[in-house]
Amino acid sequence: MGEVLEIDRIRCDGHGLCAELLPELISLDDWGYPIIKPGKVPPSVVEHARRAVDACPVLALRLARTAAAVAR
Amino acid sequence: MELIARAAGAESLAAHLQRLGPMPALPSGALIAELEASGLLGRGGAGFPVGRKWRAVAERAAGGAVVLANGAEGEPLSLKDRSLMAARPHLVIDGALLAARAVGANDIIFYVGGEHATAQAALRQALAERPGDVRRRTRIVTAPAGYVSGEESAAVHYVNAGDARPTTTPPRPFERGVGGRPTLVQNVESLALAALIARRGHAWYQGLGHGRARGIGLLTVSGAVNRAGVHEIELGATLSDAAAAAGGLRGDVRAVLLGGYFGGWADLHEQWGLPLDAPSMRARGLALGCGVVHFLASGTCGVEATAQLMTYLASQSARQCGPCVFGLSAIAGAAQRLAAQSAQPGDLDRIIRWSRQVTGRGACHHPDGAAALMQSALQVFADDFVGHQHRRCLTISQPARVAVA
Repeated sequence: MGEVLEIDRIRCDGHGLCAELLPELISLDDWGYPIIKPGKVPPSVVEHARRAVDACPVLALRLARTAAAVAR
Repeated sequence: MELIARAAGAESLAAHLQRLGPMPALPSGALIAELEASGLLGRGGAGFPVGRKWRAVAERAAGGAVVLANGAEGEPLSLKDRSLMAARPHLVIDGALLAARAVGANDIIFYVGGEHATAQAALRQALAERPGDVRRRTRIVTAPAGYVSGEESAAVHYVNAGDARPTTTPPRPFERGVGGRPTLVQNVESLALAALIARRGHAWYQGLGHGRARGIGLLTVSGAVNRAGVHEIELGATLSDAAAAAGGLRGDVRAVLLGGYFGGWADLHEQWGLPLDAPSMRARGLALGCGVVHFLASGTCGVEATAQLMTYLASQSARQCGPCVFGLSAIAGAAQRLAAQSAQPGDLDRIIRWSRQVTGRGACHHPDGAAALMQSALQVFADDFVGHQHRRCLTISQPARVAVA
């Protein structure tokens, strides 16, 4: 079991805090919207990922168990 | 012809029953099994197996599901759904009634594009010919104009809240749809085919088709052909057969748009023998989509045609997700500059990068479809795009390409 980052694209307003807190997995496009590296969140950065999720001003980012992500 | 009528006007209930006989009273499980065995794939664009979709809803329904017959047909190059509803409304209604019985639904919604006036009138008239218990369970909802209105989560959102924009999934409509209930959203052509399979059995459907492809389907053929319009084919017929069905090519043709604005460009000479059916096309990186086949005359610049398509698709964004709102309009803008021979340095490179980046970054698949179309153009019209980056149109500067047959 692992976790993946999921983003609600409708909610996301491109504040960009996630990319600052988690540059290992998140970069920004030319308009400031996040590009998430595909795949599971490596254990070494899970704590940073949690911080990025908590910091999102519009609650668009979340950590989900991989099973749910696969079903989608 | 099973799905399109040669006679003008809508088929009456009497004519429909005389031609096909009464609807069979198959139990739910048997009907879904027939559909699964038939191999019928959805005709709205995604090509998902119809039987499997019905089963997914039936398993969750507990008698309270909803069937949404999707006739929004917002694809500008597609006419097949409105033609089918206008010609054979009772076949579509049969399909929706069978679906309702199979998945355990009481309510049936016909979601029909507001601009398809003839189709809507035919359905309304056909429903008036049906008994009261059918009329009470069915209603017609007018879909607002727009490319994204027919996307399944957008259709459900519109029925629920009057807002035809896609929603974040999951939950998908089969889990939680109209009124929060499991909802089967199914394209009207798929429903009509299901109604035929229910009457004749899966073996009948399996007996149609060319090569490894099975079944029949509708195409909308347009562009440089002599007789544009809706044509019924046995799946697996080739691109060359489609051109012949539309009265042959008009003049010299170089490229073809397959699957519509959500599909992609293909080189005509490479794909002349292409079998038109979803699995064969997918294997070649192409898509049957909703059955659009548009032939581009050699005298028409592919860069310009693509810029027009991208401009349209950017304008049709539901404007909810940043990568779609900004990415598509940036791609369209750069494509317009390239087309107008006023490219800025790096425009082509940016289009290549952006069309990779927007994929998979919307709530619905609108940006993915637009990006795939752009990427197919970059392949098929590769030389033209390079020419246009240097403000030079090859279609004009190489008159040999414009030769008329």
